[in-house]
Amino acid sequence: MLAKTVSFTVDGTAVRPVEVEVDVCRGLPSFGLVGLPDTAVREARERVRSAMENSGFDFPLRRITASLAPADLRKNGPGFDLALAGALSIAAGEVPPGRLDGWGLVGELALDGSVRPVRGALAMAEGAREAGLRGILVATPNGPEAALAEGITVRTIDGLSELRATTGEGPPGNAAVPMELGIHPDREGPDLADLRGQPGLRRALEVSAAGAHGLLMVGPPGAGKSLAARRLPSILPGLARDEALEVARIGGICGTLAPDVTRPFRAPHHTVTRAGLIGGGLPPRPGEITLAHRGVLFLDELPEFRREVLEALREPLEAGRVEISRANGQYSMPARFVLVAAANPCPCGRGDSDPGCNCSRAAIDRYSHALSGALADRIDMTVSVTQPGFESMSGPAGEGSGKVRERVESARRRMEARLGPGRANGDATREETAGFSVTPGALALLGEATRTRRLSGRGHDRVLRLGRTLADLGGRKSIAEEDVAVALQLRSREGAG
Amino acid sequence: MNSKSDQIQACIECLRRSWLLADLGPFIEVACDDRPGKRTPELLALDDRDLVQAMAPSRAKQMFASNRGLGADLLHGELLAARSWAICRHDPSFPEVLLGSQDAPRCLIGRGDPSLLAEWDPGASATVVGSRRPTREGLAQARSLGRDLARAGVVVVSGMAMGIDGAAHRGALEAGGPGRTIAVLGCGADRAYPGRHRGLHAEITTQGAVISEMPPGSRPWRWSFPARNRIMAALSSVTVVVEARSGSGSLITADLATSSGRDVGAVPGPVSSPLAEGTNSLIRDGAALIRDAGDVVEALGIPGNALRGVDAFDRDPESRAVLEAVAEGSSSVDPIVGRTGFPAELVLSILTRLEIDGLVEVSGTGEVVAVTTVR
Repeated sequence: MLAKTVSFTVDGTAVRPVEVEVDVCRGLPSFGLVGLPDTAVREARERVRSAMENSGFDFPLRRITASLAPADLRKNGPGFDLALAGALSIAAGEVPPGRLDGWGLVGELALDGSVRPVRGALAMAEGAREAGLRGILVATPNGPEAALAEGITVRTIDGLSELRATTGEGPPGNAAVPMELGIHPDREGPDLADLRGQPGLRRALEVSAAGAHGLLMVGPPGAGKSLAARRLPSILPGLARDEALEVARIGGICGTLAPDVTRPFRAPHHTVTRAGLIGGGLPPRPGEITLAHRGVLFLDELPEFRREVLEALREPLEAGRVEISRANGQYSMPARFVLVAAANPCPCGRGDSDPGCNCSRAAIDRYSHALSGALADRIDMTVSVTQPGFESMSGPAGEGSGKVRERVESARRRMEARLGPGRANGDATREETAGFSVTPGALALLGEATRTRRLSGRGHDRVLRLGRTLADLGGRKSIAEEDVAVALQLRSREGAG
Repeated sequence: MNSKSDQIQACIECLRRSWLLADLGPFIEVACDDRPGKRTPELLALDDRDLVQAMAPSRAKQMFASNRGLGADLLHGELLAARSWAICRHDPSFPEVLLGSQDAPRCLIGRGDPSLLAEWDPGASATVVGSRRPTREGLAQARSLGRDLARAGVVVVSGMAMGIDGAAHRGALEAGGPGRTIAVLGCGADRAYPGRHRGLHAEITTQGAVISEMPPGSRPWRWSFPARNRIMAALSSVTVVVEARSGSGSLITADLATSSGRDVGAVPGPVSSPLAEGTNSLIRDGAALIRDAGDVVEALGIPGNALRGVDAFDRDPESRAVLEAVAEGSSSVDPIVGRTGFPAELVLSILTRLEIDGLVEVSGTGEVVAVTTVR
């Protein structure tokens, strides 16, 4: 007898429905599985058999053939266990036919028949909706995540036996309750108030958050670079519901989903590989930049990162997505984040002007060359960070994240009104930048900076983008002379000489 | 045809000298192995025949003959292919200052504007040299010297090396307008050496001139640097050294300048700094103390020049306070804010204006350095 159920496989960050067909026919007892299963899927046979027998089901001692369709799609992960067991139970007559019609089944089986959670429940629930299913059945721990999906019924089960337990015609399992989406970022966590007495750095952080401008902090160890970077998510605008869903979806797939969905902060170590940073492997898995989607990617010790790894960041920074091409297809994963980097002023970290620095000029040159190389044209701002003095460190706490975020949010609203929803000045195109309104005084200052060779053509656009953000923060319609004056200092300069 | 006769005014004898130097390159390198700085000028004082005899005795005859065999068409062709012009000492447009000494170059091959040399006035030019591995302050000083000198109408001569030389050229280019700076190279004038100064080489070529006594395409030798130093020293009435270790090549330039009767100036530095060792000892030995372009102009004896450095008094009190904070060692925004108590935005915008006016330099990493003393 033939039975069919539906499950899902995660491919990058995309979800694809997989039809699970099981045929039980006469012949020597065997259990064959076809359709490009990976090892975890292949082993499903053992789990399914034990789980069924331990749940009081009759495991048919006949020739069993299971097929996962489409046959050319690689299937991975243990999430097919439940769908296999479901189809087999129907084929074996243990579960009435039709009971699982229109339901997606996702879950790993334990040998005792209980259902375990899998990664990517939200993404799969949305996949079920896209596939036009009635609902999706997941393990109980996956319920809150999967139930975030709108427009699809999510039910949870604890054990395989529940597939037949209810006597009525209704679907198996219990209704799932969605988890809270932490859309309001007022929460415990690092707060900008901890940053004491570094007004220039604060200003740079605020501008970076408001306009989504990349920021490079250069300063000796202990100057507060990491402390500052970790506080950037707390002053970014609160996540809109659809943005929070994106974050939850990616977190679910990668197993990094926290109980409160907020702007992610990712700080990969400088030994990270290219695949680890932008995503890759086979099957391709999301990298750090996708995990940082809608949040902050912090690259500490920027010059220590391998050049080819940093080069790989260019495209995603431009596009807000990462495209990975493999022999078997292209994968596109979201990656829109604010890039924050930190670097010591020289290899020893003390800095050129410190008498204790004994780095050779060549070493310093190489170091600053690394800084001005790879991503220089993708990082709008560079600030020099110095160790705050004792008075300011012991002084009163600075302005809290909440207040700064209010200014950032109102500036962001002005940008969205100008550029479109979800946009910020940091990703304004050339054409958009050319359309920014500039006061005559600001134009004159720009002209003077260009004439005295302080500013190149490429730097010009960068100053306009930063100036626009400063004007938005100040509520000005046009970029004023003061905005340009400040932007000229905050901007990253070409060459570090 | 016309352009050819315009551009190549050097006679064939003098041109052959350049090609001979290139041929003798490796021989002179060996001969000057121990002290290229001292011996090169002596050697270059020899005439062609003696020079070949001294450097390559075994192959002298052959080399000399082949050099004499170089035809005008061939050499002119090479010069034109390298888009270079050439002048020699028999030519009225050759700078008179280079005619005086025994070891003076016979011929100069260059790119850029040849009229710069034709109207050469050593009293309106200053040679600025210094360490290839300077401090940030040194770089900032060289850059502002270059800029302010060029603004005052003084042509800045330097060697396009890394460090101080490059910064002096850059400063002069910043002043804007043509004819502000000349680079003297130890390799062919068409070659950008060091390679990192490719862009600078191109800019100086279009805005000023790049010259050398070596033929186009020739590589730099260890001896060719002191050789070009003697040209730099001879071109200007004043040679200014910004940062030099003891034994630095810049001191050779200063020596050459003194021995050919030119003035030498040096920018002083802290006695503890190895990069001030050379310059401080120059001052002790009688070099003029240079604080800014005004001091150089004074040493040149240009009368009635109002270029007296930076008068911070005519700036508003806020700018003055920021300038003072920078001068006292605050190297980034936060300490300046700490010192002045001004809001960060105000400090940032003041810094921009001070930077545009050339009173402070801001590095690629955002470090701020004062360029001149606040008076």
